[in-house]
Amino acid sequence: MALPEKIHLEIVTPDKQVYSGNVESILVPAQTGYMGILPGHAPLLAELGIGDIEFTADGVTECVACSWGFIEVLPDRVVLLAQEAELSSDIDLKRAEEAKARAEKLLASGDPDVDYAATELAVLRAMSRINAAKSATARQTMRKS
Amino acid sequence: MANVRDIRRRIRSAKNIQQITRAMKFVSAARLRRAQERVLASRPYAKQMVAVLRSLAARVPTDAHPLLAQRGQVGKIELLVITADRGMCGAYNTNIIRSALEFLGRHPGQVELNILGKRGRDFFRRRPYPVRSEAINILQNLTFADAAAIAKDLIEGFAGGERDEVWLLYNEFKSVVQQRIVLERLLPIERMEDPEGDGELEYIYDEPPEKIFSTLLPRYVEAQVFRAMLEAAASEQGARMSAMEAATNNAAEMIDSLTLHANKIRQAGITNELIEVVSGAGSL
Repeated sequence: MALPEKIHLEIVTPDKQVYSGNVESILVPAQTGYMGILPGHAPLLAELGIGDIEFTADGVTECVACSWGFIEVLPDRVVLLAQEAELSSDIDLKRAEEAKARAEKLLASGDPDVDYAATELAVLRAMSRINAAKSATARQTMRKS
Repeated sequence: MANVRDIRRRIRSAKNIQQITRAMKFVSAARLRRAQERVLASRPYAKQMVAVLRSLAARVPTDAHPLLAQRGQVGKIELLVITADRGMCGAYNTNIIRSALEFLGRHPGQVELNILGKRGRDFFRRRPYPVRSEAINILQNLTFADAAAIAKDLIEGFAGGERDEVWLLYNEFKSVVQQRIVLERLLPIERMEDPEGDGELEYIYDEPPEKIFSTLLPRYVEAQVFRAMLEAAASEQGARMSAMEAATNNAAEMIDSLTLHANKIRQAGITNELIEVVSGAGSL
């Protein structure tokens, strides 16, 4: 049996449907590490951590910053339930950097009231968004040159 | 008999009210559109969540999880009532509060209330029912984080054994002119069966399925609460829009009938004067 060439990907968050379309490959940040998914993958269910989702549709790679979610892989489609997911083009790089600086300052302040676990997660989230935004711009300049 | 000037004054005030209600109608129409979009946008997530949970439930011994466990003896019940923050929306608040009172009547002494919305808070503040928490002004700019915080509180109360059931009471958004009051049990979660029966599909689990299942369930509850709040927010705007529409029409009707009345009186006055002039001339 020939393997399908494309797989249908849906990324949904409580607020909206972020992406829906056919893609050639997906890379997701699972709890146990980054995981690549190609068409014809065996059924799989995994919890996602904080990081960047990358997927390639028609040769163009898109990047989505994701913080916590689930992925269900079926042979012909992938459903990604994310708590938060932002397409790299929607990310405000400046705001992400500000959020990161703010959270890092809190961590460094040594204030006993700071929730360290939550603040560290905030740093991770901000970093993932910055990464997603930067890799998207990097790819764009590469394509242009 | 009322004189023309009094009636004119009443017409003027009816016109003022009509202007206000019409403006409110447009405002809530605009808000309704936004709220409606959010409800529609949140549906795929909830739908997919249920689909994933269903397919998991077929594979995992689900009875073990605390959020699914039925309690034999139901003692304390928690009820989350979602009302509006503002009035001027017809029977919207009255209906939901009446349903809440019915629920309280059915389970005397067992229910603790969680209230969203100023209207509900004001109503229950003056009455002898136990209120555990209240939140106001959050439906207007609702975020998932707000809903998640409320859901977390509900889950903790349930899992900690302080309460045996948690119910939701809200208005479901059917259409712009139609809302339906929904009372549903949030916790313990209804057992989910796999209706399609594709249970033979073997998943690779990145982590033990029990672990995935137990992290997914609280998220499911959060998504449910979020959806209920979005539905309620949209319903509120829908109810307000139709109430204001009706009020604007009523004002128009009132203006018409008052204008007619005023004209009749004016005419009667003129006729009287004419008769006086004619009969005065005849007697000369």
